[in-house]
Amino acid sequence: MINAIPPAAIFIIGALLVPLFRGRMKSAFLLAVPVLGLINLISIPEGSHWATTFMGLQLTVLKIDRLSLIFGYIFHIISFITLLYALKMRNDVEYAAGMAYAGSALGVIFAGDLFTLFCFWEMMTVSSVLLIWARKTESSLAAGFRYVVVHIIGGVILLFGILMYATEKGSLDLGYIGLDGLASYLIFIGVGINCAWPLLHSWLSDAYPEATIAGAVFLSAFTTKTAVYVLARTFPGADPLIWIGALMAAFPIFYAVIENDLRKVLAYSLINQVGFMVVGIGIGTDLSINGAVAHAFNDILFKALLFMSMGAVMFRTGKINATDLGGLYKSMPLTCAFCIVGAASISAFPLFSGFVSKSMVMSASAKEGFTAVWFILLFASAGVFHHAGIKIPFFAFFSHDSGLRVKEAPFNMLLAMGITAFLCVFIGSFPGYLYGLLPYPVDYVPYTASHVMAQLQLLFFSALAFTLLMLSGIYPAEIRAVNLDADWFYRKGARAFMWFVTNPMTKVSAKVTRIVFDAIPSSLAQASKNPLSVIKIASDTVLLQFAIPEKRDEIKARIKREKEIFPGDIIKHWPIGSVILWAILFLLIYLLIYYAYNIR
Amino acid sequence: MKEEKTHFFDKPENVKNFIRGFFIICILLLIADFSVPKHGDFYWEDIPQFYAAYGLVACIVLVLVSKYVLRRLVKRREDYYD
Repeated sequence: MINAIPPAAIFIIGALLVPLFRGRMKSAFLLAVPVLGLINLISIPEGSHWATTFMGLQLTVLKIDRLSLIFGYIFHIISFITLLYALKMRNDVEYAAGMAYAGSALGVIFAGDLFTLFCFWEMMTVSSVLLIWARKTESSLAAGFRYVVVHIIGGVILLFGILMYATEKGSLDLGYIGLDGLASYLIFIGVGINCAWPLLHSWLSDAYPEATIAGAVFLSAFTTKTAVYVLARTFPGADPLIWIGALMAAFPIFYAVIENDLRKVLAYSLINQVGFMVVGIGIGTDLSINGAVAHAFNDILFKALLFMSMGAVMFRTGKINATDLGGLYKSMPLTCAFCIVGAASISAFPLFSGFVSKSMVMSASAKEGFTAVWFILLFASAGVFHHAGIKIPFFAFFSHDSGLRVKEAPFNMLLAMGITAFLCVFIGSFPGYLYGLLPYPVDYVPYTASHVMAQLQLLFFSALAFTLLMLSGIYPAEIRAVNLDADWFYRKGARAFMWFVTNPMTKVSAKVTRIVFDAIPSSLAQASKNPLSVIKIASDTVLLQFAIPEKRDEIKARIKREKEIFPGDIIKHWPIGSVILWAILFLLIYLLIYYAYNIR
Repeated sequence: MKEEKTHFFDKPENVKNFIRGFFIICILLLIADFSVPKHGDFYWEDIPQFYAAYGLVACIVLVLVSKYVLRRLVKRREDYYD
């Protein structure tokens, strides 16, 4: 059988060819790669391809089923949209890194075994950090390094888990693992780092706002969603995920309310949305897994749309802090409109995409009787509207007029945002197409009168709260500030570690150096001038401890004399006979050691 | 220098009308809620105006906690890490 081309290969080869093209040819090439990739993907039949053995273990580079296929589709779609959006950036590093990143994400999605998965997992880290470094600012360089370190640690944990798992099971097949034993927990945590679990999340809110304009759009799509996919594949129904997800959905919205950098607000809302997916996987029913996957699909689109609109604002104004923006609806009306579509989608307004997928997870949590989780998710739903739905468009495009008068975003950016906005509305209005792609058969109707009414009430009264707080002046003013998050532990921790290394540790090391390289050799050198005299002084010193009081003064005087004349003349006190005696003694000791070793 | 075109929200009466329209929608939603047949998974979902009350209270709590608790705990100068 002729093997299909792995979707990852098309993107990775594409990334390598990027520098060969110039001008319009480059634009055409960039857009052609995801299109060719999608055509290729559609033509590959479901099942395993590229099976091989490595050190006695079965590897499958390409395995396609319904769960991986839907992720494959959306990854191709978002790659096309992001590359279209980035056409004016004229930065080969961004293009190549973005493509390699998309390719390695596809490699993870279609990996049939844990080894292949791990290889692409690491490629994702390497290629994605280039999207942060490509910004070429001092803070992006630092944030990129922190990002790499966190992901390498995560990768090592994952690798340990995989190796232990392979040793235990004798197989590397990627399938249900479930929480059972140390190996599975290591894999669980390794994936959890990429999934931005609470306390493991700060790489995301730290690094994404530092990425390039198009880089942030790429980043928002792949790393967390591949982790969601791997969790759905390996740990469906794992109970801890329910609470991890609920926490993820809830805590970032508090940060988002007080954050000034609007892309950082989006980073927090990204964690919040992934929380819904993680809960869905944790519940583990057909409905909830479908909900998680559908929400991942939709989130990739509307989060990219929001990042693109904020990126367009940044591209034109060079600013991204809420304190510097405002009133841009006058000069960037289309970007503003697309941003509002993205905001409505993430807030799950009826007829927008979030509505048809988030509600599946909510409904599954209710049906399985997770009352507290349901309340937290409802709180998160209201909260996400508050910070992503209202705050983002309001502070960027309305609020007080910043006086900025800029051009509307370039055509390619508008087109990319327009396509995404269309998809958000289309999926929200005709959810049947999305439901048809989900891994399990869908028996869920989002548009019932009571559900629509419930959601409209929730959202409008969240907006009412915003309006009242704004009018009364209670709403927290945007402040230029740093808000501490879990990255404090390693940012300040690293500094504390460096202080520890430079202060106490160097003092200890200086002392060790002095003793080992200075004090000991010099005293040995001194002693070697007359070793026998040293032994005599030592034996007299020992003798002094045991001597009767009357003899003490005499011994003390002798030691004093011996020290004074050191190294002195050996012969004077040590007749040759005693030297021979010592020699024989040492030979005897040597002999004993020799026998002791050989008798065994 | 060319006089800049006046935009929609530059006029205070437009802003006022917009907010007024928004309040009217909120009231309409409260009234319409009675006419919708309920089939929630939990019994409290069937209480009239449950979602309106939850949305309003949740967001006020969210903002107050963020402003008075979280910001007080985590806010630092912009050059804190430099």
